[in-house]
Amino acid sequence: MNAAYEFVTGPLAWFAWGIFILGAAWRLYSMYQLAKKKDASSWAFMDLGFSLRSIVNWLIPFNALGWRKSPVMTVATFAFHICLILVPVFLVAHVVLWTEFFGISYATLPDSVADAMTLVVLAACLIFAGRRLTQKEVAYITTGKDWLALVIVTLPFLTGFLAYHQIFDYQVMIIAHIVAGEIMLAAIPFTRLSHMVFAAFTRAYMGSEFGGVRHARDW
Amino acid sequence: MGITERLIEDVGIRRGVSRLTPEKIEKIVNAVLKGETGARLKTYAETCMRCGLCAEACHFALSHPDDPSYTPAGKVHQTMSVLLDKKGRVDPDFVYGMAQLAYTECNLCRRCVHLCPIGIDTAYIMSTVRRICHKLGVTPQYMQDTAHSHASTFNQMWVKDDEWTDSLIWQEDEAREEFPGLRIPLDKEGSDIYYSVIAPEPKFRTQLIYQAAAIMHMAGVDWTMPASTGWDNSDMCMFSGDFEMMGRLKRQHFESAQKLKVKRIVMGECGHAFRSVYDTGNRWLGWRHHPVPVIHAVEFYWELIQEGRIKLAKKFPGPVTIQDPCNIVRGRGLQEKLREVTRFLVDGDIIEMHPNREHNFCCAAGGGVINCGPPFKNVRVDGNTVKAEQLRATGVKTVITPCHNCHGGLHDIIHHHKLGMDLKFLSDIIYECMEKPEA
Repeated sequence: MNAAYEFVTGPLAWFAWGIFILGAAWRLYSMYQLAKKKDASSWAFMDLGFSLRSIVNWLIPFNALGWRKSPVMTVATFAFHICLILVPVFLVAHVVLWTEFFGISYATLPDSVADAMTLVVLAACLIFAGRRLTQKEVAYITTGKDWLALVIVTLPFLTGFLAYHQIFDYQVMIIAHIVAGEIMLAAIPFTRLSHMVFAAFTRAYMGSEFGGVRHARDW
Repeated sequence: MGITERLIEDVGIRRGVSRLTPEKIEKIVNAVLKGETGARLKTYAETCMRCGLCAEACHFALSHPDDPSYTPAGKVHQTMSVLLDKKGRVDPDFVYGMAQLAYTECNLCRRCVHLCPIGIDTAYIMSTVRRICHKLGVTPQYMQDTAHSHASTFNQMWVKDDEWTDSLIWQEDEAREEFPGLRIPLDKEGSDIYYSVIAPEPKFRTQLIYQAAAIMHMAGVDWTMPASTGWDNSDMCMFSGDFEMMGRLKRQHFESAQKLKVKRIVMGECGHAFRSVYDTGNRWLGWRHHPVPVIHAVEFYWELIQEGRIKLAKKFPGPVTIQDPCNIVRGRGLQEKLREVTRFLVDGDIIEMHPNREHNFCCAAGGGVINCGPPFKNVRVDGNTVKAEQLRATGVKTVITPCHNCHGGLHDIIHHHKLGMDLKFLSDIIYECMEKPEA
C-alpha cells in the first residue's frame, strides 16, 4: 500500500500535473494560432475593456439575464465553482503535501469548513445530474461527454469526503482520491472541462463583439 | 421529437437534397469546416456544457415549452454537433432536416447570447450550418429566389434598373403636389446623405420612399439616392449562406456611395440590412471599419430631432409600445434613441413590452425566416406565441416597429391572434405629424 501511495503521490502526480499544465498551455497556444489563422475577422474586434466588462458582469450572481432566469442553477453553479477551486487549493491536507514536497506553505481552510464545502460540491453535482435526468431541455442535449465530465469532477470530492471521514478502508480510499484528483487534472484540457481554459476567452470575445461592434451589453 | 417529425415540403430544399450523394455531402461539409471555420466553432462545440440555460432565451423554445428540440442548444445538437461528430458523413435526408431547421427555426437574433454563461454564439453556428446548406445547393425556394435576384440585379426583388428610377421619379412627382419644390435628387455628388433602402420599398412599400423624401425635404437635408445598382442595402445572401454574393452586394453599396462622394449613408428602417452593412458584409470584405460612415434611420431621425429640424404640427396619440428589432438594438444599441424619438413624436405613454431593449424577443421573421415564404409561415407564427402574449399584455393599439422584417412578422402574429394592433414605422408617424406646407 505504501508503494502505491508513493507512486500516486510521486510519478503519477508529476504526470497528471504535467498533462494538465502542458496540455492546457498547448491547447491555448494552438487555439490562439487557429484563431489568428482562421478567425481573423473576429480576432480583429477583440478588446480588453469590453472583454473585462463582460466577464465581470457575468461573475456577479443574478446580474446577467441568464442567471436571473434560472435561479436554482445559478446558486448551484456559483457555489459549485467557488468550492471546487477553494477546497483543493486551501485544504490543510493538501497544503501539508506542498510543504512536504516543496517547502511551500500558505493559509488553509478549517477542516470543518472544507468539509461543508465538499458537501456543497457534491450537492451541486447531484443537482447537475438531476437536471440532466429530469429537465427535458437538459436531457435532450446531454451526451456521454457531459456525464463523463460530471463523473470526473464528482469522484475526487466523493472519495476525499469518504477518506476524510474514514468511511471504508482509509488506505484504499486515499489512493482512490489521489488518483481521481489526478484524472481530473489530466482531463481538464481534453474534455468538456476544457471550459476552464477557454470560457474566459469565449466570454471575452462575445463581450468584445457586443461592446465594440453592437454597442449593446451581452448580459 | 426533433426536426425529422415536423418536416415541411419545400421545392427548393427537396430538389437540392435529391441531387446529393453521401460523398458529396462529406466533401462539402468538411471543406466548409476546415476552410471557413476555426477556433470559434471549435471552442463552442467543445465547451458548451449542455446546461440548457439557453432554453429560456429562444422564442421558439418558449413557444413550444414541451419540445426541447427548439432550444438553441437543441438546434445545434441536431445539426452542427452531428456534422462534427460524424465528420460530415450524413445522408441526404439528414440535410433536409438540417436545412429546414437552420433556415426556418432560428432567426439568428442572438438573444441566447444573453443566457449563455460562456458566451456561445448560436447564431454563428446556425449561420455556418446555412453556409454548408448553401454550398450543398439546399436552400428554401423563396429565399433562394431573392438570392438569385440579388445575384442578377443587385437587388432583392427583381426590380429592373428603369423601374427603380421610375419609382423614385413617380414618388417625387406625387410628393410635389403636397410639398412644392420637393426633389428626390438622383446621383447628386457630394451630398451630405446617401439614402439607401431595401428593395421591398420600391416594390410594394413605395409610400416609405415618399415619406422619407418628405422628411428630408422639410428638414432641409442635403441628400441623394443612387440612380443605379447599390441602392438596395438588403442582403438575403447573408442569410442564405451565399457569402460571396453578400460581399459583392456590400461592396456595390459602399462603392456606389463612394462614387457619389457622399459624407454618410443613412439606411431606411430595416434591421437585417443594417446588420449586413455594419457587421457581416464588411467583415467578409476584410474591412474592419466602413469605408463610408453608416447610420440607421432611427439614429438619423434622432439627430434631426436634436437639431430641431423635425417640426411637428401635432403629436401622435398614444399610448404605444415599441418593438425592439434585434439587429438595431441587440445588434447596435439604438434602444434609447428609439425611445427618445418615440417620446418626441407620441402624446401619451410608452407601454413597454417585457422583456424589452437588448432582451426583447425577436419577431420570428428576421434572419431570413420570413423570406422562406408561405410554406414556413406557420413555423414562425406558431413559433412566437410568446410575442403575441407580450404584445397583448401591453394593451395598446399601436406598435412602433422600425424594421421591415419585424413589420412582416408582427403583422402575421397580430392577425393570427386577433390582437387588433397597428404597426407603424417611425417615418409613418413623422410624416403624419410633421408640419407640412399647406398646414
